[in-house]
Amino acid sequence: MAKLELQSVTKCFGDNVVCRGIDLRIDEGEMVCLIGASGSGKSTLLRCMNLLEPVDDGVILLDDIDIAEPGFDPQPVRQRIGIVFQSFNLFPHMTAVENVMLAPRRVHNRSREALLPEVTELFTRFGLADRMQHYPDQLSGGQQQRVAIVRALAMKPEIMLFDEITSALDPELVGEVLDVLRTLREAGMTMVLATHEMGFARELADKVCFLDNGVILEEGPPEQLFSNPKQERTRSFLARVL
Amino acid sequence: MTETNLDGPAAAPPGLTRRQIYEAQIRRRSLRVAATSTVLVLLALIVLIPLAPGWEGVKKSFFNADVFARTFPGLLEAFLLDVAIFAWSAPLIFLLGLLIALCRDARSPALYPLRLFGILYTDIFRGVPVILVIYLIGFGIPGLGLPRPWNSPYIWGTVALVLTYAAYVAEVLRSGIESIHQSQRAAAASLGLSHSDTMRFVVLPQAIRRVVPANMNLFIALQKDVALLSFIGPVEIFRQAGVYKSLLANFTPYVGAALIFLAVTIPATRYADYLMNKQARARS
Amino acid sequence: MKRSFTRTASSALVLLLSAGLAAAGGHCAAGKTLTEDTLTIATGNPAYYPWVMDDAPESKAGFEAAVAYAVANRMGFEDAQVTWVRSSFDQAIQPGAKDFDFNLQQFSITEEREEIVDFSLPYYSAAMAVITRQPVVDGGAEATLASLKGLLWGAHASTTAVPMLADVVQPDADPLLYGDNADVVEAMKANQIDAALMDLPTALFTAAVLMDDGVVLGQFPPERSQNPDQFGLLMEEGNPLKECVDAALAELTEDGTLAAIEAEWLAEATGVPVIE
Repeated sequence: MAKLELQSVTKCFGDNVVCRGIDLRIDEGEMVCLIGASGSGKSTLLRCMNLLEPVDDGVILLDDIDIAEPGFDPQPVRQRIGIVFQSFNLFPHMTAVENVMLAPRRVHNRSREALLPEVTELFTRFGLADRMQHYPDQLSGGQQQRVAIVRALAMKPEIMLFDEITSALDPELVGEVLDVLRTLREAGMTMVLATHEMGFARELADKVCFLDNGVILEEGPPEQLFSNPKQERTRSFLARVL
Repeated sequence: MTETNLDGPAAAPPGLTRRQIYEAQIRRRSLRVAATSTVLVLLALIVLIPLAPGWEGVKKSFFNADVFARTFPGLLEAFLLDVAIFAWSAPLIFLLGLLIALCRDARSPALYPLRLFGILYTDIFRGVPVILVIYLIGFGIPGLGLPRPWNSPYIWGTVALVLTYAAYVAEVLRSGIESIHQSQRAAAASLGLSHSDTMRFVVLPQAIRRVVPANMNLFIALQKDVALLSFIGPVEIFRQAGVYKSLLANFTPYVGAALIFLAVTIPATRYADYLMNKQARARS
Repeated sequence: MKRSFTRTASSALVLLLSAGLAAAGGHCAAGKTLTEDTLTIATGNPAYYPWVMDDAPESKAGFEAAVAYAVANRMGFEDAQVTWVRSSFDQAIQPGAKDFDFNLQQFSITEEREEIVDFSLPYYSAAMAVITRQPVVDGGAEATLASLKGLLWGAHASTTAVPMLADVVQPDADPLLYGDNADVVEAMKANQIDAALMDLPTALFTAAVLMDDGVVLGQFPPERSQNPDQFGLLMEEGNPLKECVDAALAELTEDGTLAAIEAEWLAEATGVPVIE
């Protein structure tokens, strides 16, 4: 049984069709990477998966339940599927630890005291133990992005979505964020990444999908897709980015 | 080589670059020009105005030291009423303004009536002169037959001020709410926060902070408009000055009242500008 | 042609005679008015009953309108030589040149006001009256100082009612003050104040015409008061016309003309109880 399965998912913004009938299967503990040029629909596809964007047509099965049904309450879904954004989107008026605790406190009704040990553990695990009381503007981009990851993890999601989370970072800060993903991968988290880090995708992904103009043109294990792409467009894209 | 190394520090004071020295010179020159022109203008005012044929009369009616000394303590005491009215109106205005702003932000169709109410409310109360609202509510509602003390002009005058100013504050807060980037709402939603929690913990705290300077300006205006309550009875500073004016047939008490107002509003205005500049710098 | 000549001649003769009888003041005003051969008089905007009837001082109807024409005639001006302008209280006392020769709208003469403007001799001594509503009277309010002290008071802020309240009535609660008598009435209707202090003629008019249940509870007669409220014609400080105006008023008082005008327009004032 797939953890998350997309069937013919279609998403439009007005007349602009961004996803054209996408099928995608993500198994428990799998790491799937979406690659493709800007505007190919990677980000929108991710945002559809946790219902940040309502789907126009198609089915999304989360543990075999169709969450794309119009009128389905998105809030419980979002608690189970976390997402981290390219631009961090931390709450600038809260310290790092307040950013992380807000959702568990309000959604799970847990007290600060009860949360503190596990939140501290998360901060420590990602090398942020001494940054808990800092405000976002006192942190480097890499640190902010790691806090954003911790914030999503604090909700104990079953799936994590990462939307080009290293694209806004200075090159020397990319490594520390990718290390976090590596740690999560080792811990067995189910993950979907939209990414431009081809080396990282090749090293760690179970499956790589090449999106082009709103469709998955080609998918397969990274070794096959990167070394021996079947489609001409995949080949030319890879030639440009590698 | 060695020569330039020795001469370099001597030519320029340590720590200052050539650019800094140049800019300091420019700054000193513009300061001198500004000071000179200010002094010239002031001198012209001081010398020329008393030469006007009616100056003696104006001085006697508006700048009469005797009248000033006699009336100033009474004006100060009356000003306490202005301060009190301001003090209990301001929090109410903020709360009602917030409520109206939230009404106008209501997005679900079921709440459309609330949204419509918010729009009508701000349109009406921003479109009607404050003094009319004060008369209408200050005399009209008690005229319906309310028993004492519930017909007090203090209560209904305050209500009129609160209703009017809440409309302005609501608009300012709404602009603040709309200025918070959509990505903040998205981040909150992605964590499973409800709409109301998103508003309360994520959007509002940022929005309110962002519009503090604009609201400061509104509250400075409120401090002046408190005087309008005098139309329905309370003897605050403006009315007290009017009484003195009638008794003494002299306008100096109004000048005294103006000075008292300025003593409060100028620092407040400066502070609001300071906050505004600080924010502009932080955002750039 | 001939008849009209005779009429003009005879009226001129009457004028000359009356002026001659009164004093040598017939040409006292010559060259002292704003406009040659014209007397410019100011009153309030609007002017109220019973001081000016129907806001039309030209009709000579109403106490102040009648006084104005009497003074003008006595100073040697015909009715047609009188021009009316309007002014507020503030305009009347503001520094600088005035656009009137004199201004009458129940200006009380006070020492402080005399420093800024000139007043004529008084043309009327006003009693201050207490106006209230029937429910307040039913509630036990009486025309005694002790009873009045306990009421909630209001007054027109730029009248001498304000110092009188403070000095004579000394109410327990601070009075509320308003910009004009219409607002005082409105506050009384809204039950925000129990009573107000006004000059007697205004109080009688207000109680009878502007209110459904208005009552004039009592009056403070001018002769009983240490500081009687006296109305004077207001003039620019140092106006040379003052001696002519004063002379005219003195004659009008002496020969009973003023009393007759007062009896004609302010007759109802009798019968209001005097406050002990």
